[in-house]
Order: sequence, then C-alpha cells, then structure tokens
Amino acid sequence: MTAALDIDVREAEQFLYREARLADAFALEEWEALWTDDAVYHVPVDPDADPRTHMSIVFDNRGRIATRIKQLQTGRRHSQRPPSRLCRSVTNVELLGADGGDTLVGSVVQILESRDRGTTWWVGRVTHRLRRVEGELRMAAKTVVLVDSDRSLPTMSFLV
Amino acid sequence: MTTTDVDPEAARLRALVLPDRVHGSVYTDAEIYARELERIWYSTWVYVGHASEVPEPNDYVRKTIGPQQVVMTRDKTGAIHVLHNRCSHRGNLVCDADRGNAGSFRCPYHGWTFANTGDLLGFPFNQGYGGSAARAQLPGLGAAPRVESYRGFVFASLAADGPTLIEHLGAAAERLDRLCRLSPEGEVELTAGWVKHEVTANWKMLVENETDGYHPQFVHSSIFSISGSGIGALYSDKSTAVTRALGGGHTENDLSPEFRRLGVPMGWAGTPESKIPDYVAAMRASYGSDTADEIMINGSPHVMIFPNLFVAEIQLFQIQPLAVDRTVQHVTAIQFKGAPDLNRRLVTQCVGSVGPAGMLLADDAEMYERNQRGVAQRQPEWLDLTRGLHRERLDDDGHTIGTATDETSMRAMWRHYLELMETERSGARPSEEP
Repeated sequence: MTAALDIDVREAEQFLYREARLADAFALEEWEALWTDDAVYHVPVDPDADPRTHMSIVFDNRGRIATRIKQLQTGRRHSQRPPSRLCRSVTNVELLGADGGDTLVGSVVQILESRDRGTTWWVGRVTHRLRRVEGELRMAAKTVVLVDSDRSLPTMSFLV
Repeated sequence: MTTTDVDPEAARLRALVLPDRVHGSVYTDAEIYARELERIWYSTWVYVGHASEVPEPNDYVRKTIGPQQVVMTRDKTGAIHVLHNRCSHRGNLVCDADRGNAGSFRCPYHGWTFANTGDLLGFPFNQGYGGSAARAQLPGLGAAPRVESYRGFVFASLAADGPTLIEHLGAAAERLDRLCRLSPEGEVELTAGWVKHEVTANWKMLVENETDGYHPQFVHSSIFSISGSGIGALYSDKSTAVTRALGGGHTENDLSPEFRRLGVPMGWAGTPESKIPDYVAAMRASYGSDTADEIMINGSPHVMIFPNLFVAEIQLFQIQPLAVDRTVQHVTAIQFKGAPDLNRRLVTQCVGSVGPAGMLLADDAEMYERNQRGVAQRQPEWLDLTRGLHRERLDDDGHTIGTATDETSMRAMWRHYLELMETERSGARPSEEP
C-alpha cells in the first residue's frame, strides 16, 4: 500500500513526535489544533467491535474532544490535579496506506505515567489518519489500541 | 443466630461501625476484609451477570464474585448455572475464553471434562480410577448452591441457606422493574461489552459513593460547568430529590421528583423526543400514551443494590473487590430491548462518562484513591456520617429518607453491613456451634 502522494514517512514521524510532545506537556490548545473538524479520537476496548454499539475507553467526536480539553482547562479535573507526569516514545512508524486523500500511519506508543498512586506503563498500537489541510498536516482520526484494553485499567485521564 | 458473646471480632466491629461514624480501619484492615469475603461476598446474594449475556443454550461468560472467578453458563435446557472456574482434579482453570458457546469444558491439564451444569463427564485413562463408573464418586465443578434471577438479573449466593433473592432485594426489586419499564418490551439487555476500571481503594468507598448525593457538585464541577449539564442541580440544597434507604443495605438517590418537575418525556436523559422518535413511538404503542409518558418522565433509577450492583440511570456497574485496597468497577451501557435508536445514544453518553478516561468516573476514582490514602493517616481516625441525621424521616412506605445530599444511604449501608458481619454464617465455624 502507498501513502497519499504528498506525505512521506519523515514528515509523518515529525507530526507524531510533535503530537506526542504536546500531549505529554498538556499543551492543550496546540494539541487540539492538530485535529480536523470531523475528527474521531478512539481508544477501544475491543478493536473489532462497532464503537457505536459497544463500550470504548474513549470515543470522542470533535465536539467531545473540545469538551475533554475544556474540562482539563477548568483546573478542577481532579484526576489530573496535579497533572500526570508523562513521557512517551513513538516508534515503529509505518505508512499503512492511503484512504481517500488521507494517509494512514501506524506506530507503537509507550507512555510512562507517574502519579501519586504510582507509575503506570501504557503501551499500544496507534493508527493516525493524517490529512493536509491548508498546507498543514492534521489528524482526522487517532485510534489507540492498548495492549491490555480489555483488562482492568487504572484511571487514564491524560491525553493518550 | 448471633454469637455476640463468643466472637471477639464481632465485638470489635461493633466498636468500629457506629450509627454516626465509622472507623478508618474498616477500609484498610486485612482481617476485616477477610471476614467481609466470608460474611458478605460468599454468603449473601451477589449480582453475577445478566441473562442476555448468555442468550442461547450452551452460551457461557466468565464473571466474578469478588475475587472468585466463576463461569455463568446456560445449559441446553435453558437453566443458568454459576460455576467455579476450577478443575475438581488439580485445581486448574477450566475455562479460558471470556465468553463462548460450549456444552462442556475440558481442563487442559489432564483432560477432565465437565458439562456446563458442572457435572463431571469424563477423565482420560479411567482405569486409573477403576473405570468410568468412578464418575459417580468423583466431584464435578464447584457450583454456587443458589442461583436465582430477577428480570434477567442473575444473582448467586455461595451459601446454601439464607433469604430468597426476592427477600434479599426487597424494595430494590421495584427499582429494577422501573428500569425494565423503560424498554418497550419490558427488558434490558447487556450487550454493549464492558469497560473495567481498577482503583486502589476499598470496595466500600465505591458503594458509599454510588448514592452519595453530596459529592457531585464538587467532584464533577469541572464537567458540569462546561457542558451545561443539569445533573449538578439535582444534587443541590434546593433539589426535591431524596436519598432513600430501601432496606437490606440497598439505597437510592430518587431523582424522580425532579424529573417530574421537569415534566418532559426523556428529559431525565437529556434527550429530546425528536431525537428518538422510534423509541417514543414504540413506548406509546406498548404502554399507551399516558403510561408511556409517565414512564419516560419518571426516568431510570439510581440505585445501589448491596453489595455490588449499581444502576445509574443509563449505565450499570458491577463492583468487584480484589483485595482490601483494590477494587474493579465493571461498567456497561444499559440497552433497552426494542429501542435501537435510544441504545446508540446511551452507548455514546455512557462512554463519555465512565471508565478510566470517563469525564465523570475518572474523577470519582480519584476520590476513592485519595480517600484510601487518607484513611491510612492516623488522625482523626473516624469518618463522619452525620450529614442530615437530624432531618431524616420515614416516607409513606416506611423507608428512611433524607434530602438529596444527605448521608442517609451510607448510614443504612453500614447498619446492614454490621448486621451481616456480626451474624455467624451458618456452618462457617462449626467449632463454635453449641
């Protein structure tokens, strides 16, 4: 499979690294600006299940992404007070193909989260649907399939 | 029968659980937790699963009773069983898959097979036991001695004797009726799968929080303030909602007075009729317009059925203690049979609210965990339960009620808890029998 013509793997990587850094740093407005207007942010329990009829850990349309960001910005999102200390690495970046004008990019993410309750190691496979909008790369969808998505998980209220 | 004279632990508990306060150690003491498993989790009726999770003959699904791993099966005749997931030979887990359809389970270790009723079917090289006739002497899978269901909600008791399920549920049964009435076909289905959220906290922190009407305005102010949600107002000083003790440790936040004040069908769900025309039409066709509107105005219950089933309007939680300071909350969106348009909205709404990233539950979980760390501190030792004590009263049904934000529910839970914890479990300690 090939990527949409105008994105190569280096540019995709740069986008993923930037997105990771903004999420780690709770640079909320900049992170939110990476999304397209029709965005879908999905962390499934079962990646094969229809998220419209089955439970997910996160299944946000663009409006709900905005709500999630606003909630963090109130300063009263208790599960992020104080914010988690985060450091994530993004690896195994792979161009998975093109769909319409979008490019699908696969990667692996490993996130170390440190909180009062202890540290949690979050690992998952990620698919980004990237699109060029007015010359800038944006994400039209991001799906994070955690290794242990269907097991018991602790609170995960940062931006995964 | 109580053994108040001979059981020093019962006496100790009575000093820790008082009508207006509880001691912090009831959330942290491993001995108390061990006793809870015996007296509560392995004695009383515990919610296990829903019949809709095993709809066909030979369907099975893995479930839990606290730390116990069980398999809920439907046999070929349609009867539901709750079996311990433990081979009767060497103790191996006999069922790996989370769910499936099978008439029997084969242990991977030595190949013993068991019917989905728990009966032993076979054991390889049977001459080692003197032939296949030994089957009559060898044990099958452990099975919950009592399994009963109400409106599809399957409960099990690991004690052979005790109150019936309907006696156990008491007034809480009507709340499940109220929930089921919201389906045009009178049934709920749990078909949306589960999110499992683990917290570093004692299970009772969760039970108490479920019908604590005092916390939402504070814990959830971040989401209420930006989403225009009306939920906060339901739990205010001005709310006409009540907190009710239903008996048996079951409690509810009865929000229906506020929903009636709103007077809009499905107003309780924040969903205008125009968005779910098929559902509204099906309800009116099933119940007649007036009754359907009344059902849709009154809304869904917010009821904690002790010790582990919490119905919060559109979602259902199953509480599972794993250790004195570890608890898993399993949650799913309630689905109403015959209501596909409503059901999709409920999944979306529920997913936004619950689970590890939920805009509501992540913050509840943070409170449980902060509480758990807090009660490990030495002073002032006690947790206060006095809120609304002076204004408690009885309603027309004889249930104790308080205002929307009173701790009536916690006090009732603790009364029942103490009753279970100080009562000798029949057969549990035969040496103490007279």
